[in-house]
Amino acid sequence: MKIGITCPYSWDVPGGVQQHVRDLAEALIDEGHEVSVISPADDDTPLPPYVTGAGRAVPVPYNGSVARLSFGFLSTNRVRRWIKDGGFDVLHVHEPEIPSLSLLACWVASGPIVATFHTAIPRSRILLVTYPVVRTGLEKINGRIAVSEAARTTLVEHIGGDAVVIPNGVATRRYRKADPLPGWPGEGGAIGFLGRLDEPRKGLPVLLKAFEILGPRHPGLRLLVAGRYADADELLHRVPAELRDRVVLLGQVSEEDKIRVLHSVDVFCSPNTGGESFGIVTAEAMAAGVPVVASDIDAFRQVLRGGEAGELFANGDADDLARALGRLLGDPARRAGLSAAALAAVAEYDWSVVARAVCSVYETVVLGSTQVAVTAPGGEFG
Amino acid sequence: MITDIVIVIAAALLMGVYVSWRAGRIDRLHARVDMARAALDATLLRRSSVALELAASGLLDPATSLLLASAVYGTRDSEKRPRDLAESDLTRALRAAFSQPGFRASMTAKEGADELLGEVEAAAHQVFLARKFYNDVVAATREARGRPLARVLRLAGRAEAPEFFEMDDSLVAESAGVSLGPHPPGHTMSVSSDD
Repeated sequence: MKIGITCPYSWDVPGGVQQHVRDLAEALIDEGHEVSVISPADDDTPLPPYVTGAGRAVPVPYNGSVARLSFGFLSTNRVRRWIKDGGFDVLHVHEPEIPSLSLLACWVASGPIVATFHTAIPRSRILLVTYPVVRTGLEKINGRIAVSEAARTTLVEHIGGDAVVIPNGVATRRYRKADPLPGWPGEGGAIGFLGRLDEPRKGLPVLLKAFEILGPRHPGLRLLVAGRYADADELLHRVPAELRDRVVLLGQVSEEDKIRVLHSVDVFCSPNTGGESFGIVTAEAMAAGVPVVASDIDAFRQVLRGGEAGELFANGDADDLARALGRLLGDPARRAGLSAAALAAVAEYDWSVVARAVCSVYETVVLGSTQVAVTAPGGEFG
Repeated sequence: MITDIVIVIAAALLMGVYVSWRAGRIDRLHARVDMARAALDATLLRRSSVALELAASGLLDPATSLLLASAVYGTRDSEKRPRDLAESDLTRALRAAFSQPGFRASMTAKEGADELLGEVEAAAHQVFLARKFYNDVVAATREARGRPLARVLRLAGRAEAPEFFEMDDSLVAESAGVSLGPHPPGHTMSVSSDD
């Protein structure tokens, strides 16, 4: 199938939507499809062969912050040309309610269009979704995908119609192999944590308390913590002085280093006390083959197959977490077993599976439809 | 003896007249601030409404239309974002649209485009003027209130010191890139300094 995908945000700025588009495009290419992505990008940005730059993304105020978007008649012409030359069977637009390429593509294209909505639309923007130019664009969409249940809910409530929920995938292959950080995991063993440290629902305090219990019993055991935080000193002072040099804070790490962190520990801990709908970090740890100990909230219970693919502990209970971690640290055979089970379980969330689910949406909308084409130039606004 | 008393009384009278003249001046300045503020609000509203008209006109591509509409909605909701920031956002959205290479040339063929774009530019220029006048009278008022006599005798009464209204109000980009700082450096239209 020939697929044209539009990305609304600048390719050279890191972001969830860009990452999603990249992983999806690559998974579709692996499945044997012909894929072309158009994205805002600065002219000197190196782009993968399947990406067409739509020109300089202009920083503009949007929704209270500054976003780098492509708009204007020059971008419109580039999108029109890309669609004309592409001869796509289906056009897949991401976030068409954002004033950028996806919205432009909806306007200039005719034929089968699929749209993915990534975020729940905040109340403040709902007025804009009903704005005439957006509405006209959205009405041309034949199949809608929501990345989460929350994103689907706002669509159903405010735009009308329904959407299929297809969650983000995990690029499991990227996580499979990486070099551990120098000196890790070390003789005494290591526990890992990834996530925003100053967000209490990520549960770091529970893990620190469990480490306080485990530390004296396991000499040499270390804790590797990566993630954004405001006050490192304040955090370290929650750990007893004698254990402080065994807690290593890395701060915010790059995508590559994140994978290395996962390969640097014997056990990965997801102590989240709530607020997770899927637990992407946990799934990534599983993809790296690290045995996982996670709180027994619904999201983790599901991804860890009720405890088959990782240990669950009573949510918020530091004693129970210390017990679970202690048990695993002392049992290499159990760790190896969990690692294998985790790899098998996470395959279900791989991008290849997501790509196939997306493809079945494509197949549905192209039925009885012609190729994607451009509407007559000089039309509504050209 | 009597001449001394006469001199004292005359001095006190003169003093009283002077003080009341000063107080009256501060009062008049406050009234002028209110009028200038009302004029500034009117020009901002006018600019918002022509920007929204441009967004809905069908002259622009939908992405630019949506950007403008979003910026206009932003100026209406002062709870979400302070007025000065929201109005600056609208300036930048307009500037992003107007500063596209070949923007005006691409519009000339379209019916009514020149008039509407001209109206937007005129409305933006009026905002610039009204804000300059407002900040001028605010500066004068703050200076008058700040004099030692006015402070000691509290001539301003309970009226609060007026605030400057700072925003980005230039439709012309400073350089090749669109400036996005809250107060672009070298911004020619800042009349007064912050306190």
